[in-house]
Amino acid sequence: MSDELLRVGKLGKRFGGFVALDNVSLTVRAGERLGLIGPNGSGKTTLINCITGALFNDQGTIHFDGRDVTLLPPFQRARAGMARTFQIPRPFRSMTVLENLQVPLEYAARGPSGRRAVDEALEVLEVIGLRERAQEDSARLTQIDMRKLELARAMAAKPRLLISDEAMAGLSSNEVDDVLGILRRLNDTGITIIMIEHIMHAVMRFSERVICLDAGQIICEGTPQSIVQDAGVQRAYLGA
Amino acid sequence: MKPVAFWGALAAVLAAGLALTSVVANEYYYNALYVILQATMMAVAWNILGGFTGYVNFGSAGFFAIGAYTTVALNKALGLPLPLLILAGGAVGGLVGLGLGYLTLRLKGVYFAIATLAMAIVVETLVNNWSYVGGAKGSYMLTPEKHLWFDSYIQMLFVVMLLLTLSAVAVSRALSSSRLGRGLAAIRDDEVAAECAGVPTLRLKLVSTTVMGAMMGIAGAPFPYFVTYVEPGSAFSLFIAVNAIAMPMIGGTAHWLGPVIGALLVGTTQEIVKVTVSSEMNVLIVGVMLVVFITLAPQGIVGVARKYLRRRAA
Ligand SMILES: Nc1ncnc2c1ncn2[C@@H]1O[C@H](COP(=O)(O)OP(=O)(O)OP(=O)(O)O)[C@@H](O)[C@H]1O
Ligand SMILES: [Mg+2]
Repeated sequence: MSDELLRVGKLGKRFGGFVALDNVSLTVRAGERLGLIGPNGSGKTTLINCITGALFNDQGTIHFDGRDVTLLPPFQRARAGMARTFQIPRPFRSMTVLENLQVPLEYAARGPSGRRAVDEALEVLEVIGLRERAQEDSARLTQIDMRKLELARAMAAKPRLLISDEAMAGLSSNEVDDVLGILRRLNDTGITIIMIEHIMHAVMRFSERVICLDAGQIICEGTPQSIVQDAGVQRAYLGA
Repeated sequence: MKPVAFWGALAAVLAAGLALTSVVANEYYYNALYVILQATMMAVAWNILGGFTGYVNFGSAGFFAIGAYTTVALNKALGLPLPLLILAGGAVGGLVGLGLGYLTLRLKGVYFAIATLAMAIVVETLVNNWSYVGGAKGSYMLTPEKHLWFDSYIQMLFVVMLLLTLSAVAVSRALSSSRLGRGLAAIRDDEVAAECAGVPTLRLKLVSTTVMGAMMGIAGAPFPYFVTYVEPGSAFSLFIAVNAIAMPMIGGTAHWLGPVIGALLVGTTQEIVKVTVSSEMNVLIVGVMLVVFITLAPQGIVGVARKYLRRRAA
């Protein structure tokens, strides 16, 4: 029990009459690498939105680190140690790349302000490969650099759980390897990672366990090997 | 701007203002400068919520009038001296700002803007029916006999307004480069992303409406002494509300310097036209300038300057 970091219980979310999530339950161990897959529109992003509080769920509960966070606003969940990337990048457009990282450093991580925050932000940018872009307007980045910025901003929050929502889409295979390496190293330092990804070989290589979502329901859960062979998963993907 | 340059510039402006009072006696200049300074302070205050935080406020005249009428009421009830009246105007303005923020926490965009307008209308209606402060008829303020070492009361009032405006500019600048300022900018850019980065958006919005309200209340507090006869029509005037929005937009809302530049430019133009043509033109002038800037330079003067500097650097 003590090493359980996230517990989602019977989560339900509707948009009008449309059921986006239906009775979704899952747990994530501290330090785990979990892959979340599913066809387009299966509810992956919606699940992340509910976990991080960007959307409120209609049914069910969310526990983080033993604490019920179901009704907490997103900023408190962020401060408790949840960080995420946005599938469609949402940089703070009026800020430089560097300032984008100062926000989570100062607020989510409640780290130092001023010079030390700048130094820490630069370190994160170095790791992610955006060091030279630090002073650029974030709105002027390419889509790919914006994806990297998403990941950098999540890292700057110094989370215990980092959720990456298709952070690698559009990246070259070398860059995918780079990002996988970065996430792997974060995981080595004890950070729990949930990775949503359509790049199948990346999820399969990275994850210790994979959950497959289809039409708002968990249809399969297991090791990467068992997932690939699962008939339901194959049907969901071929049918999609 | 480097801190040394900034504080040096503030000190220089203050010194110039003080020097002026020992050189120029003509009251017209102090009247004109007071109006420009008052507009600058209102623009700086508007920009904290409207520019830094991204919440457009149409009710500036309401906050300004709250400061003015706090002065009228407390002067009549207790005969407080000007410094205390200014503090009181700031306190009441700040409280109303906090209240407005609280009532509109979940409102965004145009709904928030309309709520601020409604607030100003409610306050104006209350003042119109509050006979203690003169109601719709208005009330006279006696100009105090004493005016420190200055030659006239208006000279002193000008220096007071200069001090207040410079303080507001200093607060605005400090805010814009602080942790709090980055939090406000994050709200303006993307509220969901801000929350997910740990920014307590609702709380910071309250801070922003409170600071804005307090600053506008302070800007309005000396107004009754300036006009000597206050009535709702002048305290809640459209002119004040329009200027408070237009000046930051023209100067540029993203930077603390924007509202200052916009206010100096528009304010000076208005004062010049007032003597050379007529004061009827004032709202027209700001309206035309606003349309020109919104179509040609939506980022305002500061935005244009930045783009130019960046191009030169590249
Ligand atoms: N805010 C919303 N309002 C209405 N419907 C929504 C909203 N957000 C998502 N949906 C719908 O919910 C379903 C699940 O969407 P979601 O974004 O969670 O899918 P996903 O698994 O992340 O898909 P993808 O792989 O394309 O990112 C989709 O049918 C989508 O149209
Ligand atoms: Mg998605």
